[in-house]
Amino acid sequence: MKQAGVLRHAAVRLLGLIPTLLVLITIAFFLIRIAPGGPFDGEKILPPEIRANLDANYHLDEPLLQQYFRYLGQIVTGDFGPSFQYKDWTVNELIARGFPVSATIGGLAMVLAFVLGTLIGTFAALRQNSAIDYSMMGVAMLGISIPNFVVAPLLILGTAVYAGWLPAGGWDWSWQRMVLPVVTLALPVVAYIARLTRGSMIEVLHSNYIRTARAKGLPEWQVIRRHAFKPAILPVISYMGPATAALITGSVVIERIYSIPGLGSYFVQGALNRDYTLVMGVVIFYGIVIIVLNFIVDLLYAWLNPRIRFDEAQ
Amino acid sequence: MNGETETKNLDLPIDDPFAEVFVEKDVRGRSLWVDAWQRLLKNKAAVVSGIIMIIMLLMVVFGPMLLPWEGDFTDWDNTSSPPSLETGHWFGTDAVGRDILVRTLEGGRISLLVGIVATLVSLVIGVGYGAVAGYYGGMTDRVMMRIVDIIYALPFMFFVILLMVVFGRNIVLIFVAIGAVNWLDMARIVRGQTLSLKNTEFVEAARACGVDHREIILRHIIPNLLGVVMVYVTLTIPQVILVESFLSFLGLGVQEPMSSWGALVNDGAQDMESAPWTLVFPATFLTVTLYCFNYIGDGMRDALDPKDHL
Repeated sequence: MKQAGVLRHAAVRLLGLIPTLLVLITIAFFLIRIAPGGPFDGEKILPPEIRANLDANYHLDEPLLQQYFRYLGQIVTGDFGPSFQYKDWTVNELIARGFPVSATIGGLAMVLAFVLGTLIGTFAALRQNSAIDYSMMGVAMLGISIPNFVVAPLLILGTAVYAGWLPAGGWDWSWQRMVLPVVTLALPVVAYIARLTRGSMIEVLHSNYIRTARAKGLPEWQVIRRHAFKPAILPVISYMGPATAALITGSVVIERIYSIPGLGSYFVQGALNRDYTLVMGVVIFYGIVIIVLNFIVDLLYAWLNPRIRFDEAQ
Repeated sequence: MNGETETKNLDLPIDDPFAEVFVEKDVRGRSLWVDAWQRLLKNKAAVVSGIIMIIMLLMVVFGPMLLPWEGDFTDWDNTSSPPSLETGHWFGTDAVGRDILVRTLEGGRISLLVGIVATLVSLVIGVGYGAVAGYYGGMTDRVMMRIVDIIYALPFMFFVILLMVVFGRNIVLIFVAIGAVNWLDMARIVRGQTLSLKNTEFVEAARACGVDHREIILRHIIPNLLGVVMVYVTLTIPQVILVESFLSFLGLGVQEPMSSWGALVNDGAQDMESAPWTLVFPATFLTVTLYCFNYIGDGMRDALDPKDHL
């Protein structure tokens, strides 16, 4: 019964993703097509015959609606088409090149944020309203308020330029080059998760079953680990979806500052060059990533929270 | 406040049972705001933030008029000069000799203006949308909120960037683009509140008196949403400022000769090794502003709804 509830929940959510995806593709497609200036409006004006050939090659001469359906058909088969700017590359190849880099940084940042955030939050909750609590939350607020693109140059200045501990940028899959981008990217998420955890942990610690656990004589860390932790991180779990979106967005800036060849830097480059297919490809790809991760977070939440399953089975 | 209450009670005709109820309600209705205000004043972080923000606003508005430099004036005798009192460039100058203090203050005008105007755009759309969805309920509500859900799942930042790329980089568009994408949270919050408000007695009373829907939404629902909306507005302004700086940092926001904190941080980050002051001052102004807005918003939320801490 409960299993069926979860499955139905998953199926309904999965179906609900389709209109979202369709809207995503449609808006992206038409927005970029009404844009003034095309991919071939460069500094030198092409002879009309060549221009016509190029347009025909990329199907830019067809009516807009026909192009739209052609594109939809393409997407369904998982093909984002050729890039306009990087002549020898398809968008799929560019994504395959850039995404592993972005995903590594993003994934590491997420893990770091989760571990550090829940630890700080729990610690602050245990010492609620003490000086430590206030200073930790003050720092967390600073972490939320100070933008990525301010932290990054300051970190580079401090650790790379003056101290010379770490390389200032670039990418070669070594841990030294990962430290700064991952830390910068994780910082606001750490701060947010710490605040979330503190709030819900305080609430959980005031509940009756925690009092019972303490009355049994359990040491405080056992109370936290066995009883309080799981319910307290539920809000954090549901924040993971928006956090992913924040990390992906943040990576655009981070990759630019640390000159990392990730998907975000391709996106900005594509946006500045009007590389239609690349920009749409990245927006749709990231849209799908965010939607799928949200979906997984949703299931994870239902799995961790017995109250939801009970409601579903009713 | 107390004195006023007492005189009112003294004036009561003792034999009228309804009058007392009426006056009591009246007093409670007012003291909710007074209570909230007093709680807010007790929150030191919020008060200090509020004072800093007022100073910041005054500086940003009047500072450039009082300082001897123009934002686009290039002082060729003092290019990339560090902060000093002697040259008159208190925050130093950038690579072409423009005064950083004036540039920072003028950038602040744009940043704060974008923050406030774009928030107002999202406020108007969000409150209108949410109140209508919540008030009419049923199918209207379901369709309207489904649309919000769909847009919500889209990668928001990428769409703002797309909008900037497609329609060119002008400042009005930044207002509209950010405001138009940022109204979703507002719509959700307002809808939730409206749902619980629309079945209250005073709305029913208004309906019984024959007040039409439009009037009920405008006169009875929206004024009661004020508290929540105010908190949300305070928390949206820093978000919007952040988005604008993010765009400007990427080179997609405001264009020269106009400037904003994001654009200045971007400029500063280029020269930070030789002239760190070009980065540090705008970055500090931006961070302090965001920090203060977040604290004020937090304080207001705690003050209006003491149960909901976080």
